[in-house]
Amino acid sequence: MTVRPASRPDERRLSDQGLAIIAALVEARTGQEIAPNRVWRVETALKPLLRGSGASSLDEFVSHVVAAADGVLIDAVVDAILNNETSFFRDAGVFDQVAEAARIRAQEAGGRMRIWSVGCSTGQEPYSLAILLAEKMGIDDPAFPEILATDVSAQALNRARAATFSQFEIQRGMPVRRMVEWFEKRGEQWTAHPDLIRKVQFRRHNLASDPCPAGKFDLILCRNLLFYFAPERRHRLFDRLAGVLANEGLLVLGAGETVIGQARGLVPSERFRGFYCRAAEDAGRT
Amino acid sequence: MARLLTLSLPALCETWAFQYAYDKVIWMKSCLVVDDSKVIRQVARHILETLRFEVREACDGRQALDSCIASPPDVVLLDWNMPVMSGMDFLRALHATDLPKRPKIVFCTTENGMAHIRAAIEAGADEYVMKPFDRETLESKLQIVGID
Repeated sequence: MTVRPASRPDERRLSDQGLAIIAALVEARTGQEIAPNRVWRVETALKPLLRGSGASSLDEFVSHVVAAADGVLIDAVVDAILNNETSFFRDAGVFDQVAEAARIRAQEAGGRMRIWSVGCSTGQEPYSLAILLAEKMGIDDPAFPEILATDVSAQALNRARAATFSQFEIQRGMPVRRMVEWFEKRGEQWTAHPDLIRKVQFRRHNLASDPCPAGKFDLILCRNLLFYFAPERRHRLFDRLAGVLANEGLLVLGAGETVIGQARGLVPSERFRGFYCRAAEDAGRT
Repeated sequence: MARLLTLSLPALCETWAFQYAYDKVIWMKSCLVVDDSKVIRQVARHILETLRFEVREACDGRQALDSCIASPPDVVLLDWNMPVMSGMDFLRALHATDLPKRPKIVFCTTENGMAHIRAAIEAGADEYVMKPFDRETLESKLQIVGID
C-alpha cells in the first residue's frame, strides 16, 4: 500500500490581485508602501500564517483576512510583513555621535532631554541608547533623558517591553562587557535589567496617521523607516517630525537616508555631521 | 576617476579611494581559528573567507600558541574546551609571551553561562561568541573588536 503524503496548501504564489489587497491593507494600516523589491517578502511572510489558517492557498488566505471580523488576523498579517530587522548599536558610529550630541544638548538646554525613537521595532535601538546614556551620566541621574520609543506593531512592542532577547539577537552588535553588565541570562534568553527597562517608555504609534506625541523632542531617531513610504507621504512625515523637533534639536536618519530635497523644514546640521535640524526660518516659528 | 589618474603615486596613496581599496581589498586581515572540531573550523573558515580574512587553523591551544609566536594574526577565534591545552590556558600563556602585537581574542564556545563569560573577560578576552553562531554574529563581533 502506498501512503500518500498529506495534502499541503498551495503556498507557491500570491496572485497580483491578492498582492494588491495585501499592499492596500498594509498601506492603510501603516502608510508604508510595498515596493516591487519587497514583493517576495510578502509571500514569505504569509506562509507561516497560511499554515495555521486552514486555507488551501495564499489567495484563499487573503480572502480570510479580508473577511475577518476582528483585527487580530489583519494585525498578524501586517506584523509579519513589516520589516522588523534591527540590532543593538546598529551603525555603532552613529551611536557614539548620538551620545556626544545628547551630552552637549543636555549641557546647553539644561533640564531633562526628551528623545523619541521612531519605529523602534523590538527595542534594540532605545535600549542601546539607554545603555550609552547610563554609561555617560549614570542611570540614577535625575537628568537622565526621557526616552519614548514607538512602533506601529503591537507584537514588536510586546517583545520590546519584555526586553528579552534570544542568543542570536543579543549577540548582534552588543559588546560582551555591556551584555554582562545590563542583561541577565534566563534559560536560553537574555533579559535586560529592570533599571534599564524602566528608562524606556514604549507606546504604539502609527507615524503615518496618529498625531505626534505631545511636546518637543531634543533628539529624534527615525532610522531606516521613511524609505518605506511613498515620496509625497515621506515629505509630509518629515514636516511632522520637524514640527515636534525642539529648536536646536536633532533628527537622526539611517545611513542611506537624507532630508535633502525632501523636506522644507529640515536642513543638515552644521555641528553634527550626518544629523539634521530645523531650518532657521522654521525654528523661529516654534 | 579621471582626476585620480592625474595624481602622482604618493598623492594617490593618500586619497580616500586608495586607502579604502587598500584596507578592504588589498590588505587582508588574518584570523587564527582554534577549535578541536573540524566542522566548526570549516564553518568559521567559510564565513571568515567571505569576509575577506586570511584564515589559519589550530586544533588546540598549544598549536595556537606556536602559530601566534611564529606569526601573530590580527584576531584569534578561540574555543574553550580542547585537548592538550584549553582556550583559557592558551590565553594565559599568550599573555605571558612578549609578542610585540597581541592579537584580539574572541572566545567562541558552547560555554554560554554567565560565569564562563565573566571569567573570559577577566582573563583578558576581547569578545565572546556563544555557539551556535552565524555569519552576522561573527561579523558583528569582529566589528566590535575593530577587526573588520
